[in-house]
Amino acid sequence: MTTIDASRPIDLAARPDNYLTHSRGFLSWALTLDHKRIGVMYLVAVLASFLLGGIFALLLRTELLTPGQTIPGVTADVYNQFFTLHGAIMVFLVIIPSIPGALGNFVLPIMLGAKDVAFPRLNLGSFYLWIAGAIFTLLSLAMGGFDTGWTFYTPYSTTTSTGGVIPVLFGVFILGFSSIFTGMNFIVTVHKLRPPGMTWFRMPLFLWAIYATAIIQVLATPVLAITLMLIVVERLVNIGIFDPSMGGDPVLYQHFFWFYSHPAVYIMILPAMGIISELISVHAHRHIFGYRFIALSSIAIAIFSFLVWGHHMFTSGQSPLMNTLFSLISFSVAIPSAVKVFNWLTTLYKGNISLTTPMWYALSFLVLFTIGGLTGLHLATLNTDVHLHDTYFVVAHFHYVMMGSALIGMIGGMHHWWPKMTGRMYSEKLGTAACFVIFIGFNVTFFTQFYLGSQGMPRRYYDYLPEYQVYHVISTIGSYVMALGFVMTAYCLISSLFSGRKAPANPWGGGSLEWQCTSPPPHDNFATQPSVGDCYDFRSLRWDEKEQGYVVDPALAAEAAKHPLH
Amino acid sequence: MSSIPSTHAAGHDDHHGHGEHAKYPFLAHHFETPAHQFDSAKLGMWLFLATEVLFFGALFVAYAVLRVRFPEVFSYASHYLDTLMGGVNTCVLILSSLTMAMAVRFAQTDRTQAMLVCLVLTFMGAVGFMVIKYFEYSHKIHEHLVWGKTFYVPPEGELGQAERAELSKAPEPPPATLNPLDPAPAIVPTLAVLPAVEASAIKPASRGPVGLATPREQAQVERLPVPSEDPAFTKPALHLADPAMPANTHLFFAIYYCMTGLHGIHVLAGMVMLAWLIWRGARGHFSSKYFTPVDVGGLYWHIVDLVWIFLFPLFYLIH
Repeated sequence: MTTIDASRPIDLAARPDNYLTHSRGFLSWALTLDHKRIGVMYLVAVLASFLLGGIFALLLRTELLTPGQTIPGVTADVYNQFFTLHGAIMVFLVIIPSIPGALGNFVLPIMLGAKDVAFPRLNLGSFYLWIAGAIFTLLSLAMGGFDTGWTFYTPYSTTTSTGGVIPVLFGVFILGFSSIFTGMNFIVTVHKLRPPGMTWFRMPLFLWAIYATAIIQVLATPVLAITLMLIVVERLVNIGIFDPSMGGDPVLYQHFFWFYSHPAVYIMILPAMGIISELISVHAHRHIFGYRFIALSSIAIAIFSFLVWGHHMFTSGQSPLMNTLFSLISFSVAIPSAVKVFNWLTTLYKGNISLTTPMWYALSFLVLFTIGGLTGLHLATLNTDVHLHDTYFVVAHFHYVMMGSALIGMIGGMHHWWPKMTGRMYSEKLGTAACFVIFIGFNVTFFTQFYLGSQGMPRRYYDYLPEYQVYHVISTIGSYVMALGFVMTAYCLISSLFSGRKAPANPWGGGSLEWQCTSPPPHDNFATQPSVGDCYDFRSLRWDEKEQGYVVDPALAAEAAKHPLH
Repeated sequence: MSSIPSTHAAGHDDHHGHGEHAKYPFLAHHFETPAHQFDSAKLGMWLFLATEVLFFGALFVAYAVLRVRFPEVFSYASHYLDTLMGGVNTCVLILSSLTMAMAVRFAQTDRTQAMLVCLVLTFMGAVGFMVIKYFEYSHKIHEHLVWGKTFYVPPEGELGQAERAELSKAPEPPPATLNPLDPAPAIVPTLAVLPAVEASAIKPASRGPVGLATPREQAQVERLPVPSEDPAFTKPALHLADPAMPANTHLFFAIYYCMTGLHGIHVLAGMVMLAWLIWRGARGHFSSKYFTPVDVGGLYWHIVDLVWIFLFPLFYLIH
């Protein structure tokens, strides 16, 4: 009842061909149609953007060390550009493409048992659209930057004199299409390229999550695209649709923007949830608990995500009835989210937990997502939201969800599939230590901000009252600790490329199809069509000292076959 | 293309393996049969059409919001659109959809020459649409029936003379109606010269919500001429000189240009697609064994057509 093929070659040096060595030269990468190479290119690009966004974050936090100006030359206007760039880069260039673009592209077809995504050329096109979007975003810096906040709220975004607004709007428009085409590709791949035996309810939960994400990408992103174009037109020729002095309606802009950008929050978090389902089950060596509930809760979240956008606008003059309905539906998102968390906890219960680096990231995710999710309930409550709206409480909440959950999930997944992608093992000690440093730094940075926000510190402010300073200092120190953790992670992973032990086919004991092929996988993924079983049934696997990885034990497999789980 | 074997591949055969790839030059390596590839491409196109619906959807929502807020603007300004030209364009697009559907059918039945003729006819339909659109746009732009503040600037030369004369007589607007944030508004008076209630071209509901208007106000409104319902009404040649023009009429033209402009861009994209299909068709790429691009291209062309089917009544046929 297992999917692991024991007859795979053990001698690593004798492996004939993998996707990294299949062809050489710059063009063999730049024009590749191989989903694995495109995934690696996304990973490099996204991590480079993450570095850039992170530098802006550190500049922000440093500026906030003291009231008034801290860094010479960083005036209030420059500060506005910093937080706008930090937000726009992290949201549009990093988090949204990170898991689907990098890990999803690499893993999805292999997990599914397919040779590639449905439209390989479109896939490469998505990557180059990402590059074009990034170029426009950087171009906007050269043309005077932009200080609108990543939300581009009108009327400010249509009247501000910073010169980079139009280029960055075009950039985000292009990035949106990159995201749409990735989503289309994944939906068609999951529908049409499942091999015989790979039924919907045999798919790994990561694929369910990516599929749910793709639905949101395809349905929500076009609305953002056209909305941004309306702002471009508004800035260029002043059509007045969002301009109250010309009869237009700025709140309409907010509706359009959040109709995309709230679902976009789930574009960020759902794939991370999928990764956590994999990590927890594989590294606890226990069958995932409540498979169908986790799978369908992803779809439920995707559906709910389209019905809650109004909770960003409780103070924008919506009618009380709308506010009440949006508040109610926002609460109900907690149900599928909690279904996932409790199923993960139950999977861990009596599991044989390996405290590997990916597992530590998964455990961090559980803590941080729970805090992020529960503080979301404060904000979905109408009367507390009036107090907390636009304070650091909101900042802390969405960093717990977007960074503490989405990005931590992404980094956990990166550690999980790193041996598969690169063929190298990283140092477990260093990886775990880095995870701890990030976890501590993250909480010092952002838990403090919950307190700051509840005491009334507004977000996006350059200056503040002296009584807030001690919390700002703590938060800034936390951000430096976190930066240290990321430097450690980078060192850990990059050094593994040069001095890491060669990775076995199955270093963690995973049961899904990607662990069946060698590390790194061959160019066309599978020489023969793999057999598909229950990817969370780990009973036939055992650790092999010689292989330094997990292999199928025929005796265990025979025993497991006698006692099917279903 | 004599190298293509004559088996009918669009039918679903269950034979898998690399033999299929040798037989069909356009079958990508990760698909098993041509039918598999065709189904995948078609699903992909339908998903793309869903994104197109949402892309236009936001503009339709903006249209609805503006129309609910300013019904009088829509019913008044619609008269400036040329229903004949719009109607002809609607027919042109529907006919081009027919020729597109025929092209798909001819591709499936191996009638390459007929397919090419139909694709060229579809292309000609797209060209015709854009030419008519060009005349419509240039006429309106000439008369300053445009978006934003230019709408309130009298046109250059003879055309604007009467308007300028009329405007010079108009009273100064009450200061409260101007944007307090804008120290020097370029908008000229007619934006709010008349009280909104008198400027409305919409007849109030005979039994409106209680408390909406006093009977006296209602009687006053009902005495006013309602241009859109008057059989003798002809659209004034010069909108600025028209005292019946409601405030914020420029918003109608803003959303009109946004929606028809975006649609026009889609028609242009469709022309590029059709040219590509004609080029490939002329090289003999399409047959009953491989017609996926014609089929999914047809789907795209139909949605471009369908969007116009909604735009035409929403802008041209308001009364």
